Amino acid sequence: MGRYIIKRIIAGLITMFVLTTVTFFLMHAIPGGPFSPAEERKVPKAVMEKVQEKYGLNDPVHIQYVNYLKNLAQGDFGISFKQTSVTVNELIEQGFPVSAKVGLIAIIVALLVGIPLGITSAIKRGKWADWLSMIIATVGISIPNFVLSVLLLFLFAVVLKILPTFGLTSWQHYILPVTCLAFSPIAYIARLMRSSMLEVMRYDYIRTARAKGVHELQVICKHALKNAIIPIVTYLGPLVAILLTGSFVIERIFSIPGIGRDFVSSISDRDYSVILGMTVFFGAFIVICNIIVDILYAVIDRRIKIDE
Amino acid sequence: MKLLQINNLKTTFHIEAGQVQAVRGISFHVDRGESVGIVGESGSGKSVSMLSIMRLLPENAKIDADRLTFDGTEIMDMDQKQMRRLHGNDIGMIFQDPMTSLNPLFTIGDQIMEPIRIHQKLSKSEAKKRAIEVLKMVEIPSPESRLNQYPHEFSGGMRQRVMIAIAISCNPKLLIADEPTTALDVTIQAQILDLMSDLKKKGNTSIVLITHDLGVVASMCSRIIVMYGGEIVEEGTTREVFYNPQHPYTWGLMRSMPKVTEGEKKKLIPIPGSPPDLLSPPKGCAFAARCEHAMKICTQMSPVPISLSESHRAACWLMHPKAAKVERGVGS
Ligand SMILES: Nc1ncnc2c1ncn2[C@@H]1O[C@H](COP(=O)(O)OP(=O)(O)OP(=O)(O)O)[C@@H](O)[C@H]1O
Ligand code: SF4
Ligand SMILES: [Mg+2]
Repeated sequence: MGRYIIKRIIAGLITMFVLTTVTFFLMHAIPGGPFSPAEERKVPKAVMEKVQEKYGLNDPVHIQYVNYLKNLAQGDFGISFKQTSVTVNELIEQGFPVSAKVGLIAIIVALLVGIPLGITSAIKRGKWADWLSMIIATVGISIPNFVLSVLLLFLFAVVLKILPTFGLTSWQHYILPVTCLAFSPIAYIARLMRSSMLEVMRYDYIRTARAKGVHELQVICKHALKNAIIPIVTYLGPLVAILLTGSFVIERIFSIPGIGRDFVSSISDRDYSVILGMTVFFGAFIVICNIIVDILYAVIDRRIKIDE
Repeated sequence: MKLLQINNLKTTFHIEAGQVQAVRGISFHVDRGESVGIVGESGSGKSVSMLSIMRLLPENAKIDADRLTFDGTEIMDMDQKQMRRLHGNDIGMIFQDPMTSLNPLFTIGDQIMEPIRIHQKLSKSEAKKRAIEVLKMVEIPSPESRLNQYPHEFSGGMRQRVMIAIAISCNPKLLIADEPTTALDVTIQAQILDLMSDLKKKGNTSIVLITHDLGVVASMCSRIIVMYGGEIVEEGTTREVFYNPQHPYTWGLMRSMPKVTEGEKKKLIPIPGSPPDLLSPPKGCAFAARCEHAMKICTQMSPVPISLSESHRAACWLMHPKAAKVERGVGS
């Protein structure tokens, strides 16, 4: 196990290096830069040169690259080109906890709602409870979350006026963004759980459990659930990575000062250091999530020998 | 009072194509302390009839019986709580495939201790003691350390021993063993059967043993039930069925039985043809299409079971007084 984790970390570092390199050169290969003047606000050439020099943009690209890696090795993502006197580290430190908090709540909600929904659906297969939850699930998967957020915002904040619209200042502020973020994962988890549960309930060991006189509730919540939950654990890796790193759409609509918003604006701004910094940060985060999921996997199912 | 009494049990599966009549009106009983063998080809309804008694069939199965009593109590009227007592405490069941019958994600100890804790209300440490005790009974070496292992760390034979240990852990009154050795290789088969004979000698447990192998029945059971196409075609003491078989299907089974004569195996003669379609079972005798003695009446009317002795009965028109006498095709 220990050796496996070390191996995975090394592999992760290599992935990160490749990711950084590719992003770095791609970014520089695209025409235009952070200080390419827009038509309307022409900057004097001399000023432009000075600015470029300050940020090291006049150096050859490979020198810039080496410098970037040097700083990166020390955990320094550099300073933002657009938001003067703000470092990328600061941007991440400010934005990530906000995004992560909303994301984490959404994940917990998604699991707490999706798993029981899927189980109920499987056990009441063909009954109204099954139909109802599968309708919710289908709707949840097919409606894009920007449509959902606008609808909910309109309904609860504008028409009914029972929930706030912007920011995250009270717990009520979390309700709408969390609902929107969790909706499609709930739907996905419920469907995954339903089909996995239906399959597991047919297995011989479920019959064995019943033949031992185990209470039906225990048959479902102990014997079947532990087996049926494995696909959910697999889905959890990417889900955590996506939700914790912030959703641009949701953060825009609900004015949440998260990291997703910064990331998207950095791309249109050609804010090199922010683009790179966040890409590297997200990459590292995804790598870590996947390692944790693999370990979790092996803890649940002892047949999996992750050392090999 | 019989331990298990079954009168006219019918089990039907509702599937898209129609109704599979897997068990079509069987009646038999099991006495206290006796062991009964059920034989018959694949698909004859052996497992389904036992699972019907345990009410462990999938939802699409419908069970109907005039009487289905265990120890005097009607099984079909039992509530959930009574059923749980029946399961594991009164009746222990061993399944056909040991590779899939244990939950892969729980330790062996956990799975053995589960029924012990449920039924005997023992504490964790007492349950553990009992688990070690039953593992010793089924001859699993170093049971203490094995308790913490997972099923994948056990071989097929070892897993079946664990299944037996689970089934006997609460001293059931009846042990149902559904082809306990089919999935295992020959030497392991012999070991498991020895083990079951030992258990039988030691305890006062009744056993229902389902098997394809008449030889196994002969060595373990005092009575034999022969099933074909969801019906019982012949039933009697082992002696009666072996020395005076009445039904052509039983003859066929005997002929297809591997015999070890003077150290060498004779060639098997399998029964030609295939079992009846249970979606629309034939009107007359279910075996008629494959029976070399079939008469006109056989395809028109079902034969009624006729008793030869208090324990021996069979359902075949050949036993009718008016039928011509035929050469019994059992061979010697
Ligand atoms: N869930 C089910 N749905 C539909 N038909 C079923 C179902 N389970 C069993 N059957 C049918 O019931 C019949 C009897 O099956 P059963 O399992 O009792 O046979 P068996 O005598 O135990 O055979 P084997 O020796 O192969 O175990 C078979 O024709 C089978 O196809
Ligand atoms: S009833 Fe007729 S067909 Fe059926 S076994 Fe007897 S002789 Fe053969
Ligand atoms: Mg069977």
